[in-house]
Amino acid sequence: MTGENTRVLVVDDEEIVRESLGAWLHEDGFQVSSAPEGRTAVEMMKNDRWNVMLVDLKMPGMDGLQVLEEARKLQPDAAIIMMTAYATVDTAVTAMKLGAFDYLVKPFDPEELSILMQKVVAQQSLVRENAVLRKALKKEHRFRDLVSKSAAMQRVFELARVAARSNSTILVLGESGSGKEVLARTIHEESPRAEGAFVAMSCAALTETLLESELFGHEKGAFTGANARRKGKFEAAAGGTLFLDEIGDISPKLQLDLLRVLEERKFQRVGGNESIDVDVRIIAATNKDLQKAVADGSFREDLFYRLNVIPVTLPPLRERKEDIPLLVEHFLDRLEAEMKKRVKVSPEAMAALLAHDWPGNVRELRNVLERGAVVAQGDVVKPSDLGIAPAPARMPGANAPGEPVSLEEVEKRHISEVLGHTGGNVSQAARLLGIDRVTLYNKIRKFQLRRDGEDSDPSGS
Amino acid sequence: MEAIHLWWIGEKDPGPRTLDHVRLHLGRALQTSVGIWNDPARPPDAYDPRRKQWATSRILAWLGTTGPPGKVLAVTDQDLFIPILTFVFGEAQLDGRSAVVSTARLGEPGLPDPRVALERLAKESVHELGHCFGLVHCDSPACVMGRSPNARDVDRKRGEFCSKCRDRVMRRGGEAR
Repeated sequence: MTGENTRVLVVDDEEIVRESLGAWLHEDGFQVSSAPEGRTAVEMMKNDRWNVMLVDLKMPGMDGLQVLEEARKLQPDAAIIMMTAYATVDTAVTAMKLGAFDYLVKPFDPEELSILMQKVVAQQSLVRENAVLRKALKKEHRFRDLVSKSAAMQRVFELARVAARSNSTILVLGESGSGKEVLARTIHEESPRAEGAFVAMSCAALTETLLESELFGHEKGAFTGANARRKGKFEAAAGGTLFLDEIGDISPKLQLDLLRVLEERKFQRVGGNESIDVDVRIIAATNKDLQKAVADGSFREDLFYRLNVIPVTLPPLRERKEDIPLLVEHFLDRLEAEMKKRVKVSPEAMAALLAHDWPGNVRELRNVLERGAVVAQGDVVKPSDLGIAPAPARMPGANAPGEPVSLEEVEKRHISEVLGHTGGNVSQAARLLGIDRVTLYNKIRKFQLRRDGEDSDPSGS
Repeated sequence: MEAIHLWWIGEKDPGPRTLDHVRLHLGRALQTSVGIWNDPARPPDAYDPRRKQWATSRILAWLGTTGPPGKVLAVTDQDLFIPILTFVFGEAQLDGRSAVVSTARLGEPGLPDPRVALERLAKESVHELGHCFGLVHCDSPACVMGRSPNARDVDRKRGEFCSKCRDRVMRRGGEAR
């Protein structure tokens, strides 16, 4: 056994122990440091990482159990071995309960210490391997800013990766908030045009004239208020990507203008005569059913085919609920960077998130988490912090059309939603559900919705 | 390579063959000649009456101030300890001058052949001097620098360095020349 990559901290008030244990471990190749008291050890933990800590139980000031508790908080992956000259079952049990890796009675039998250190090295190498695998898995579930492990989204990532390498027009379809612009930006960043600009433009909410001027720019005096020549989005995105969101909302005239640009790869500024070459990759997006719009004549068929070269459909969040925990982790990482506040989501809040229908999709999830992080008292987001009510528009537990579920599943989801609504208050939830508290507790236990019902119910008696 | 000496600091007579056997083993492993230092001096304050054992740290400190020039391996028949362990077979100053090794726990009662204990002593002597040449414990199976917390582990390893440890010792020995 060599512990070349293993950093060990020996915490003992006796210099002779620090010295002899340090020398013994040093011969095994461990990188050993020592601390003469608990407080020094805790300070060292704040500044450096240790794989293994050998901590004396009985020290003046901060004792070994207190050091152990601090270490579990500051460095949860470290293996902590408690040392003492007095072996009592009570302290051993306490230490193990607090998360100690093992317990040694001084002086140690050399074989016992040797075997224990071999076990620690093996355990630490598993911890490291686990971290590497988790990182790799996280990477696998990512396509730049997009996070998903659902099969449908993995297919989207695959298609987007291939599409990014081409110059073809892409049509992104998906409900509002499902991440169409994020996908477009990702495709741009993955494409050979990544060095160029990514220009996003929403085609809804602008008048036809304004949108035309925004897209193609205008010459000075082209219309009232056009005091100077202005470049449009097509020019701004030259060499890069132009993302046209809400493409299903543009007027028939603009549909024709856009079709011409796509066919001729040229355009003119409003009020101008000069033909300007287009060197832009178009990614269009809509939450409308364009084929239906073509059928009822509100969208040009020829433009639809021009845009629909590579169609990519983003599934709504309610169809990929397995992504919710992953997305929660992703957004909490983001929020930590933005708000300088790390929060966790309680199991009850996670149940509420999983039960919610997410009509606003990933964008709604992000907003709900941001609200939760702001409102949460302390570092745990509870269901009441999220501000999401049970979906009233649909029957509780209703699935996407075509996916029938069992009565039991409907009951489970409904209870989870109501608990989410009451912020985990069981009495209130029981009243809303029209059942007594005991019955609700039994159902909670049966469906494993909450493990700490009794304690977390402030009105419980 | 600087001079290396063996020094008997035990209580009883080690017998005619013991030191010579160890000397030959060390010479082969370190590829140099090893001398025997004869001196009746013994570490004055290394005995711990509470533990009834000898403290290696005090022996190593004493060896730092006395004895032959170069590296020195003291051999004793007394039981050795470091404060955190119930016993040790030996101890050395890592990359330093002195090492000590004991025969006390290498020949358990009922050992059928006394030569087994002699082999163990030779191996532990090479091991401790290896530390003086800067070697830490080695993972290679059978390398003499493998950690051996019990006598069975000593039996399992060979009396020589693996090629990697040998190269390190030779390099270190060459540097000190």
